Amino acid sequence: MENLIALLVGVPLLGAAVLLCGGRRLDRTGHWLGTLLAAVSFFIGLALFADMLGKSADDRAMHQRLFTWIPVEGFQADIAFQLDQLSMTFVLLISGVGTLIHVYSIGYMEHDERRRRFFGYLNLFVAAMLLLVLADNYLLLYFGWEGVGLASYLLIGFWQHKPSAATAAKKAFLVNRVGDMGLSIAIMIMFTTFGTFAFGPVLASTGEASQGTLTAIGLMLLLAACGKSAQVPLQSWLGDAMEGPTPVSALIHAATMVTAGVYLIVRSADIFNAAPDAQLVVTVVGAVTLLFGAIVGCAKDDIKKALAGSTMSQIGYMILAAGLGPIGYVFAIMHLVTHGFFKAGLFLGAGSVMHGMNDEVDMRKYGGLRKYMPVTFVTFGLGYLAIIGFPGLSGFFSKDKIIEAAFAKGGTEGWILGSVTLLGAAITAYYMTRVMLMTFFGEKRWQNDENGEPPHPHESPRSMTIPMILLAVGSVAAGAYFEFAGFVEWLEPVTGYAHGHPPISAAAVTAATVAVMVIGVGLAYLQYGRRPVPVVAPRGSLLTRAARRDLLQDDFNHAVFVTGGTHVTRSLVYVDHTLVDGVVNGTAAAVGGLSGRLRKLQNGYARTYAVSMFGGTAVLIAATLLMRAV
Amino acid sequence: MSATAVHSLWTTAAVEPLNKIPAPHIEYTQLSPVLIVIGAAIISVLVEAFVPRKGRYVAQVFLSVLALAAAFAAVVALAAGGYGTTKAQIAAMGAIAVDGPALFLQGTILLASIVAIFTFAERRLDPADHGHKVDSFAAEAAAVPGSEQERAAVKAGFTTTEVFPLALFAIAGMLVFPAANDLLTLFVALEVFSLPLYLLCAVARRKRLMSQEAAVKYFLLGAFSSAFLLFGIALLYGYAGSVSYATIARVVDGAVVSVDPALADTMGNDVLLLIGFAMVLTGLLFKVGAVPFHMWTPDVYQGAPTPVTGFMAAATKVAAFGALLRLLYVVLPGLTWDWRPVMWGVAIVTMLGGAIVAITQTDIKRLLAYSSIAHAGFLLAGVIAATPSGISSVLFYLGAYSFVTIGAFAVVTLVRDAGGEATHLSKWAGLGRRSPLVAAVFAVFLLAFAGIPLTSGFSGKFAVFKAAADGGAGALVVVGVLSSAIAAFFYIRVIVLMFFSEPKADGPTVAVPSALTTLTITAGVVVTLVLGLAPQPFLDLANQASVFVR
Repeated sequence: MENLIALLVGVPLLGAAVLLCGGRRLDRTGHWLGTLLAAVSFFIGLALFADMLGKSADDRAMHQRLFTWIPVEGFQADIAFQLDQLSMTFVLLISGVGTLIHVYSIGYMEHDERRRRFFGYLNLFVAAMLLLVLADNYLLLYFGWEGVGLASYLLIGFWQHKPSAATAAKKAFLVNRVGDMGLSIAIMIMFTTFGTFAFGPVLASTGEASQGTLTAIGLMLLLAACGKSAQVPLQSWLGDAMEGPTPVSALIHAATMVTAGVYLIVRSADIFNAAPDAQLVVTVVGAVTLLFGAIVGCAKDDIKKALAGSTMSQIGYMILAAGLGPIGYVFAIMHLVTHGFFKAGLFLGAGSVMHGMNDEVDMRKYGGLRKYMPVTFVTFGLGYLAIIGFPGLSGFFSKDKIIEAAFAKGGTEGWILGSVTLLGAAITAYYMTRVMLMTFFGEKRWQNDENGEPPHPHESPRSMTIPMILLAVGSVAAGAYFEFAGFVEWLEPVTGYAHGHPPISAAAVTAATVAVMVIGVGLAYLQYGRRPVPVVAPRGSLLTRAARRDLLQDDFNHAVFVTGGTHVTRSLVYVDHTLVDGVVNGTAAAVGGLSGRLRKLQNGYARTYAVSMFGGTAVLIAATLLMRAV
Repeated sequence: MSATAVHSLWTTAAVEPLNKIPAPHIEYTQLSPVLIVIGAAIISVLVEAFVPRKGRYVAQVFLSVLALAAAFAAVVALAAGGYGTTKAQIAAMGAIAVDGPALFLQGTILLASIVAIFTFAERRLDPADHGHKVDSFAAEAAAVPGSEQERAAVKAGFTTTEVFPLALFAIAGMLVFPAANDLLTLFVALEVFSLPLYLLCAVARRKRLMSQEAAVKYFLLGAFSSAFLLFGIALLYGYAGSVSYATIARVVDGAVVSVDPALADTMGNDVLLLIGFAMVLTGLLFKVGAVPFHMWTPDVYQGAPTPVTGFMAAATKVAAFGALLRLLYVVLPGLTWDWRPVMWGVAIVTMLGGAIVAITQTDIKRLLAYSSIAHAGFLLAGVIAATPSGISSVLFYLGAYSFVTIGAFAVVTLVRDAGGEATHLSKWAGLGRRSPLVAAVFAVFLLAFAGIPLTSGFSGKFAVFKAAADGGAGALVVVGVLSSAIAAFFYIRVIVLMFFSEPKADGPTVAVPSALTTLTITAGVVVTLVLGLAPQPFLDLANQASVFVR
């Protein structure tokens, strides 16, 4: 069975190669091929999953070693895979949701003349992401990590004729470089400390390294996670990444790639367990981001950007849970999977709305769409209920566990983290209700497009609604399924699990969660359900205005890094021009001047040349004699 | 010696039967490369004398190439027969060494000569004159430039096919030069290859006055340097009582076998040794083109017909460095501590001098001349290593360098305007736009000169610098690298000029050569790239060939 692992990566990779190199003759069939190969990968995953379920819990990890990538003495880099329960979870999520989004894209990208290329990139992404989660060493993981970065860049900028898309792609790429730097430094420290970067040996020998080294590795891994998962302070790219086609936002920037940071931290659990300081920083990053994203999500009128803020915030939950240690790892992954369902569903719903509304993204120009797009309304609504944690739906189970675990952290920290997660839940309920109300309820605020045509909202084609329906099923049922089918027991052999004991009873936490959710929904209803929504956004409070500007993240980056960097560059250029160039040009001028003088010796007279030879011989003789004399 | 004594010598000699003079023992097989070329040269003279004018060109080219190829085959056969390693010996009564370095250098000289002869034979670059194809050489070298006699010669379609026998004699001398195992043979070989070269320099078809001036200068200064060499030989004879390399080496080492009573006062006198050494060195450094004995180089390189310049720059350098190596490694190893510091100084001023003065040159041929001076400096760095790897690195460098040089000068012959070759650098501006292939090929040669990786220049330079550093001449390597940096400037400047400048309206045209020059240039490019990409087999070969027979 383990020989199939390579196929998981290989099949979509082949698809990418064929679609990207195949040329125009594949224009008519390319999307079907891409979708088929993604589905093949998913079914291979299912087969491996069935096989895995048949084994005992401790015996489930599979390995496959393909070949040695870099065979150097003392530096062994293998192309080798490891499929354990954690990887399996990701494989199913990536290939499953990936396949659904391939299907959705068939309809969504129907009128795009570069559809074949789009599917090529999607397949490339699936292959790279699977490589990331299947690698059995950090170096290969890094390879996949860069691969998804590349695919993300290509897909954000897919409509590169729009300057905003090109800029957004570049921004995502640059910000991710910072995080990637962290990952490469972490790998370098690992190699110098442990002499290897395979998961097994590194994670087994964390006891041999000093606390400081482990903290350093942990912080560098966290930096990497921040870049890829859009966590503060490297969060600024995610909002702009919504410039990409909506299926991309759903797959890469909601369900899968942005969760790679969570995977990295959970995969490196042994390192973080041994480095409490790094863990603390992880929880702080998670807590800050979950509020940050939620606040941004409240102020955005662009439906996709509101959802992007929400994604940031939800990943903040996961990172926070991953920072809690063994009491949180399992729930981080559980929330990751449920979030994968409902957030992908929400994005596809948003895409469906845009599809029907002339690609309008401003929610202030929607309104009353529930009658026109019933399937979208229902599936979106179920996703909405799941994300706000409506009892019984997916988000309820996973988020509630995280809040519980946050309280269970203990001491002041536990109270602070618990309160933050509760507050986050309230804000989540608020902004998601706002999205829901502004889009599907209230009066029509539709605007004519630039040609003066009024929008004709309609339900999307079957290829788009079926994936939405399937994801909605996941949004509803996944949480309960995990809760009762034993997700904790499933993952425990890999991540470890310790039951956390919150200072207040679990039931009280659940009650509080539901209560804050109701408060959030109520506030939003008062503001957006009872009163008409103005088409032009009101000026708003200082906080609102800041939140609309992504809480000034770009302004901060500009002031600190761009301006600062410019100043540093200018001073370096100044030093370069005056000092370095001065020395260089001075030397060059001196050599040139010398050359000009020496050249005059070459006057064309044989007598002068003869004198030169005579003098040279005299010096040779004198020098030879002198050497002997000395 | 009294008059009677002299008389008795005469009479005794007359009385003695002739057969009492011992016939010298000659190893014809081992000397076959030299003998083939000399024989061909003599036949070549006969061709001049007896073959009708019309048939001479074809006959000469055929004969030369055939002879050189046969000689090369002989060298290969000898090397394959183990004469370069296990069966290395001193032949011709101690006059000529047949060993690894000698065979390697002879092979290099022969190959370089073959491709050089191709450029000699090129007749398609200039438009036909009065219906006769013309090459780079004067119609009648003896005619006064611009005279009626010259015009008549041109009209009659005369060509100086004498260049082929001259070249063959020169090549024969060059083959002996690095193999010479006594000082007299060394001197004779030097003259045998120098005299034809002086003549060859004088026979350019275009710019004849410049060509003749170059020849005269070369001749005067060459004679001057020969005088130094000869005087040095005399002093060394006075010191050692012999001109044989082996004997001198033994005397230097203090193992005096017997003292010739006539030399009792001078033998073993170190002052004679040192002065004699310095003077012989002068003669060799002149041929190598080392500072301060280099001043003839730019003038002669510029004035000589370009095919001759390429031939000279490559083959002479190989021969002269071979002789220098043998002198320093076979004759004077006991003197290493005396000659090394002196050679250090020479190497440093040569590298820096060549590189610095090249910067302000405006003529491509002069530029290449200074470049050759700088390269002589790099080669000297390898010589100074005084280790076997020093020898092999110099051998490799010489092989690599000669092909780049001949190729580069062959390209120079292609770029022409109404006045013949357009050698002024300003005319090369924008050449890459008009003739991308020629410019690209020239760029490859320039990059090889500059020692850029993936060209033979890099492999060679790396080998000599590594040998020098391992031999304890680290400071020399630093100077070498700095000079390379300076030199890179003017090589790259030409590339920039060719590819990044606007072409001039009245710029030169690139002539389409016949297969001969094309072959030369192709050989240059191929060798440059092969030695740059996969130098190891050739380095191994040079390594095997790096043991001198003593």
